[in-house]
Amino acid sequence: MTDALYDRAPGEISTSPEAERMQLSDVGIYTIGLALAVIFTATSFWVANTSLLWALGVPIGLVVLAIAQMGVHLVFFLHITTAPDNTNNVLALAFGLFIVILVIAGSLWIMTNLNENMMLSPQGMSLKMQH
Amino acid sequence: MNVAVGTKQDTFAPASEMGPAPKRIVIAFGFWVFLLSDIVMFSALFAAYAVLAHATAGGPTGAQLFNQVSVAIQTACLLLSSYTCGMMSLARSAQRRDQTYIFAAVTFVLGAAFLFLEFHEFADMIARGAPPQRSAFLSAFFTLVGCHGLHVTAGLIWLGVLMAQVAVRGFRPSVQRRLMCFALFWHALDIIWVWVFTAVYLIGVRP
Repeated sequence: MTDALYDRAPGEISTSPEAERMQLSDVGIYTIGLALAVIFTATSFWVANTSLLWALGVPIGLVVLAIAQMGVHLVFFLHITTAPDNTNNVLALAFGLFIVILVIAGSLWIMTNLNENMMLSPQGMSLKMQH
Repeated sequence: MNVAVGTKQDTFAPASEMGPAPKRIVIAFGFWVFLLSDIVMFSALFAAYAVLAHATAGGPTGAQLFNQVSVAIQTACLLLSSYTCGMMSLARSAQRRDQTYIFAAVTFVLGAAFLFLEFHEFADMIARGAPPQRSAFLSAFFTLVGCHGLHVTAGLIWLGVLMAQVAVRGFRPSVQRRLMCFALFWHALDIIWVWVFTAVYLIGVRP
C-alpha cells in the first residue's frame, strides 16, 4: 500500500485497512447500491402517482427521495466515503453542491419575487387605467 | 479511525515530503472537478426549467405531453447501465478483457436504448405541435433534457473508442485511467438523470 497516505482517486473502492470497509465483496457493494436505487426510484414514481398522500407534500417528498438516491449513487457507485483519504473529493463535491444550491434556490427566489411584484391585482389595474 | 491513521502516518514521511501523488489519482481528481463544473452548468439549466415550467404560453403542458411509462423505462435503462458500468470497472481492475467487453457492450446497449426512447419522445412531441420554439417551458425542457441526452451520446462514443483502445493496446495504464474517468462520467450522468426525472417528469407535471 504505497499510496495509502495519498488521497484516494474518486470512484475507486478503498483498499486501505484503515477505511471502515464494508464486509462485502466489490460486486456486493454495487448490487446493494442498485437495489437501493431501484427502491428509491420505484417509490418516487409511486409517490408521484398515488392519491393516498397529501398533495402539497408530494413535491417535498420527491425531492427528499432524489437526495437520498443521489447519496446512494455517491456512496455505492462512486465510493465516496468520510475516510481521511477522501477529504479532497468530498470538499470538491461540497463546493460543487454549494454552487448548485445557490444557483437553483437563488433563481427560484428572485424570479418568484419578481413575478409577485409584476402581478397587478384587478383593483390596481383599474386604478392605473383611470390615471 | 483518525487515531489509527495518525499512528500509521508517524511511520512514514509526511505527505508534504512524498512528492506528487500518482498520475492516476491526479487525473481522476481533475476529472472529478470537471464533472462538478459540468453539474454546475446543469444546475443553471435546472434553474431555468424550474422558473419556466409553467410558462406554457397557452401551449401544451408537461402533464399533457409526458409519458411516464416511457420515462420509467428510460430510468431503468440508465440505472442498469450504471450498474453494468460498475461491473466493467471491476473487470477492468481485475484486468479481465472478456468481462470488460461484455459489460461494456451491455452498458452501451442500455445507453443506446435510453437514447432511442428519448429521441422517440422528442420526435413525438414535435409531431404533436410541441417543438422547442412553441413556449418558454418547451425551450427549457428541450435544452435541459437534450443536454443530458447529448452527454449520453458523447459517453457512448467515448465508450466505443475506449473499447477499441483496449482491443488494440490492452490494459496499459493510460487506457486504464481513461476507463476510470469514463466510469465517473457515466455514474455522474445517472445522478443528473435522477434529478431530471424527479424535477421534470414527476414534479413538473403537478399543477
